[in-house]
Amino acid sequence: MVKRLFALIFIIVICFNYQLFAQDKQVKVIKVPELEKIIKTEPGKLKVINFWATWCKPCIKELPYFVAAQKKYSEVEFIFISLDYAENEAKVNAFSKKKGLDKSKMYLIDELDYNSWIDKVSPEWSGAIPGTLVVNDYGKEFFEKEFHSGELEQLIEKKK
Amino acid sequence: MRKLLIFGFAIIVSLAFTAEKDGYAIGDKATDFNLKNVDGKMVSLKSYEDAKGYIVIFTCNSCPYSVAYEDRIIELQRKYAGKGFPVIAINPNDDKKSPKDSFNKMKERAKEKNFNFAYVYDDSQEITKAYGASNTPHVYVLDAERTVQYIGAIDNNTKNAADADKKYVEEAVDAILAGEKVPTEKTKAIGCTIKWAS
Repeated sequence: MVKRLFALIFIIVICFNYQLFAQDKQVKVIKVPELEKIIKTEPGKLKVINFWATWCKPCIKELPYFVAAQKKYSEVEFIFISLDYAENEAKVNAFSKKKGLDKSKMYLIDELDYNSWIDKVSPEWSGAIPGTLVVNDYGKEFFEKEFHSGELEQLIEKKK
Repeated sequence: MRKLLIFGFAIIVSLAFTAEKDGYAIGDKATDFNLKNVDGKMVSLKSYEDAKGYIVIFTCNSCPYSVAYEDRIIELQRKYAGKGFPVIAINPNDDKKSPKDSFNKMKERAKEKNFNFAYVYDDSQEITKAYGASNTPHVYVLDAERTVQYIGAIDNNTKNAADADKKYVEEAVDAILAGEKVPTEKTKAIGCTIKWAS
């Protein structure tokens, strides 16, 4: 009986962990305080934080360069932050999987008063996407542009 | 002396460059334009007689933020056109880069949504460059003398009018109509990048 109970608990724990594990690959809906943590400088770490949305054509065009760069530079942390509406979470997940973003940290920023937070990401940011924030030991730099072939790798080489 | 000249020249060049890149600042006098409306007629600011000001909005069909604001733009026109403060919406996007923003598609959208304001096409993108708009929707509130009094977003909620508790454009227009200083002169115009012709 006890053995059975343990077995049951064991199975539940496994399932639960599996679910947690699976959730890691899903987009996480966040608010400003979490965003502020994500964009913080971390010693010795290079972070490439891409702001995008499923409806943003130039964003989608540049995503493959990010996915490719991520395979090449395992030491660089790639983070994707979607500006889709929170109600489109499922769509963002499906899309991310298709595009191969689900190997990285993915978030969806659910804050519609943009003027209250975009300056925190960068005063240089006009509020349009695509935009990419690069964070390293020396600080932050924001690129409000669509990256083309080779440009992102050049930037990473310069920043790492 | 020569160095000073070069230095001075460099400053002039950099200023000229900045001015071109950034477009209008608060207090600048905005240019008039003559652009084709969805009804086929040409629209200028001077065609509005006795205007007390103008709400010039760079917006388009294709950007989800622009679409989210359509009803609020209709509402601005309903509320302020009668007070001598009309809305003029300008589509700045190149239709080769963004086929959904062609003049024909503008006409379709205006009809579908019953736009009560002028929706004109800046097909040369010259006016957009002169104003310095970068995103859609991007608002310029001008007073009767076409002096720029507000630049930025319509309000502080990109999705729901009901949840917006800062209505920047309305506050600016109300202030101008009351002869007062505009409370918030500049915000960031959240939206899509303007699709420039290559």
